[in-house]
Amino acid sequence: MSRIIGIDLGTTNSLVAYVDEKTGLPRVIPDEDGKALLPSIVSYTPDGVVVGDAARRQLVRRPATTVYSVKRFMGRGYDDVKDELKYFPFTVVPTEHVVSIRVGERTVTPPEVSALVLKALKERAERHFGESVEKAVVTVPAYFNDSQRQATRDAGRIAGLDVVRIVNEPTAASLAYGLDRLKEGVVAVYDLGGGTFDISILRVKDGIFEVLATNGDTHLGGDDFDRVILLWLMEDIQACHHAELQRDGVDLAHDHEVMQELRLAAEAAKVRLSSADRTALTLPFAGFTYHKAIARADLERLIEPLVTKTLGPCRMALADAGLRPSQVDEIVLVGGSTRVPLVRRRVQELFGKTPHSQINPDEVVALGAAVQAHILAGGITSMLLLDVTPLSLGIETLGGIVSVLISRNSTMPTSAREMFTTSADGQTVVDMHVVQGERELAKDCRSLARFELRGIDAMPAGMPKIDVTFLVDANGILQVQATELRTGKTASIEVKPTYGLSDAEVERMVEDSFTYAEADVETRMLIEARNEADTVVTHVERALRQGAHLVDEAERTRIAAARAELTRVRETQDRDAIREATTALNRATEHLAELMMDTALKGALGTARAVEIMESE
Amino acid sequence: MNFFEVFDLPRKVGIDAAELQRRFHALSRRHHPDFYQSAPAEEQARVLESSARVNAAYRVLRDPIARVEYLIQLEEGRDTKEGDETRSMVTPKAPPELLEEMFEIEETLQDARTGSLDDTVRAALAAQCERLAARRVTEDARITGELSAAWDAAAAGDQAKVLADFKAALATRAYLRTVIDDLGEALEGADHLTAKGRQT
Repeated sequence: MSRIIGIDLGTTNSLVAYVDEKTGLPRVIPDEDGKALLPSIVSYTPDGVVVGDAARRQLVRRPATTVYSVKRFMGRGYDDVKDELKYFPFTVVPTEHVVSIRVGERTVTPPEVSALVLKALKERAERHFGESVEKAVVTVPAYFNDSQRQATRDAGRIAGLDVVRIVNEPTAASLAYGLDRLKEGVVAVYDLGGGTFDISILRVKDGIFEVLATNGDTHLGGDDFDRVILLWLMEDIQACHHAELQRDGVDLAHDHEVMQELRLAAEAAKVRLSSADRTALTLPFAGFTYHKAIARADLERLIEPLVTKTLGPCRMALADAGLRPSQVDEIVLVGGSTRVPLVRRRVQELFGKTPHSQINPDEVVALGAAVQAHILAGGITSMLLLDVTPLSLGIETLGGIVSVLISRNSTMPTSAREMFTTSADGQTVVDMHVVQGERELAKDCRSLARFELRGIDAMPAGMPKIDVTFLVDANGILQVQATELRTGKTASIEVKPTYGLSDAEVERMVEDSFTYAEADVETRMLIEARNEADTVVTHVERALRQGAHLVDEAERTRIAAARAELTRVRETQDRDAIREATTALNRATEHLAELMMDTALKGALGTARAVEIMESE
Repeated sequence: MNFFEVFDLPRKVGIDAAELQRRFHALSRRHHPDFYQSAPAEEQARVLESSARVNAAYRVLRDPIARVEYLIQLEEGRDTKEGDETRSMVTPKAPPELLEEMFEIEETLQDARTGSLDDTVRAALAAQCERLAARRVTEDARITGELSAAWDAAAAGDQAKVLADFKAALATRAYLRTVIDDLGEALEGADHLTAKGRQT
């Protein structure tokens, strides 16, 4: 069996891992700079496409064409996401069965964006092993539905990866812990990531990891924390700097660059408040500088309702597993958002036990994916993961009522059979509407697909007996087969997925992926150099608007010259020259920056807070 | 192959949970697709099917009530579900000794739907709801205890009688569940109305 890698395709960050043959332990593969996390961000620049940290640095510069948190859009329709689009600086448009993102001249689908992230990780693994890698286990939130799983598999195909298994993130994490840390018993995995929340309850016994129940929310995570902080800061800026904003004609909500800076500042403040009791952020605007001191209590007040929202699914999962909180032996925390102290406190209160987090919550899912990959490759035979379907699967019957075929929390793979017949004489086609969800009415559930059984021999109504098998495979993806029992003929089925890409569309995207691949190293470095230059120019412009009076005429002239030089070389292909000119401009403005910092500290705030401000820079 | 046969168990409803789990794990190790990744396509398809059957069988047999429902289906020769009318195999039926009480509840529920539900009636309904829930627990215990034991001990000729008892008990259970759900909904709905009333 060829090598299989494990990939955690996250909302915020993605990672790749493998199991070291010598030690039998999973390891994350770092990039050339030794970094394990690849930001799940793709930026479409006029010079080419960049992924990861390089794309992250484009967030503020090119908000309209830098795509982040694309996982929130995977396998979704426009109606699912339209309410939150106002928080994203890029344009999301409805297209047939999926949403697309407009990036300059062209539009891309979420699987295409994710494919670029997967491809970067594939290449990272290939560099590490010195050989090509074609197979991967990719993780998804346990509560992902069929369309979201299909979209993830499509992303793999576009990236040139055969996704041999889709694994649920919390269960993958349990595998990583299970190698040597878990005792036998009942384990709850609480997984709060950047965009999604999952809770899975497992029973571990003799190397078998049997999931008893799972629940979650595919639209709840650290992104939402950032969003409430962002909205709070925006209100505060409006209140404190109303006059300046009006004077400068700044419309906060519609200034994507400012919003993006503010979002990043909010995120950074949130992260700092996981270890510090208080912090401050400083954001320079064109005509003023915004300072804000934030206490952990402020943050907790803002995110409290969101954290509480995770407890409902926990209770439901426990109820489905037939367990009381006290019957859970161990609790494992997964996902970056579980670093937030309030989250830990609430989890501890619910289960009455201190949760585990010995393995880095950012890496544990990728490590578990590597373990599952190793099981599939035949490297481990003592462990077996038995996961469940997160949502009930049913068909729409007369009156729009759902008839459940496979109930939620059924161990996968699983199947159900249903007999269909015709309602009119001579009818040769039968329609079925398959839905996923827990509601009684089909319209309240998630529409998965419409199936058309064709080629039924013309018979009186009710005579044909069509035996349809619905099979949910180990990836949690539905397959349907049908046989007409009288004739024994396999009925042909035409599947019309409600959401998702057709095979032909995926094929076309595979072709396109060569045309629009990530820029090569040279181009990437040029893009980075230009980006750095642009950032410095913007800062210098701001500084001059606010503090030009602090320096003398000669110094102003020196700065202007350095700036003119940078603007000139920026348009060349010479990245070293761009770098040098950038450094020169930085140096020319050092003195000005110092003077401005002094003034800001003396003016807006007492010196006691100076340290905090320095830290927040 | 029926679900009892999957686990090589006799067609009896008294099943030791730990033993069932042990067999389930052993079968999973033998049939799970994870261990057949490099097998030929036909073998993979075969394993997928057998693994799905093992899982379906475990899901039904580990739940004592679902186990009884499945047994009835099997005994009556309905191996697969056919069409809608046979989907729910028991029609909910009120237990005779509770009929009078049920009429009263139904009446109160009717009133509740039109919005008039004072605190006394509410408390009475809540008490009813609790009594019925307790009654349901008793019914479940009868199915999984006394009746299940009777089935496992019955000679071939006496099985029809136990089967009929099973069906009657399941019908009562289904009826109780519907009424309990309705009561729960009415009480919640009333809460909602009172909350609204207080606001205005």
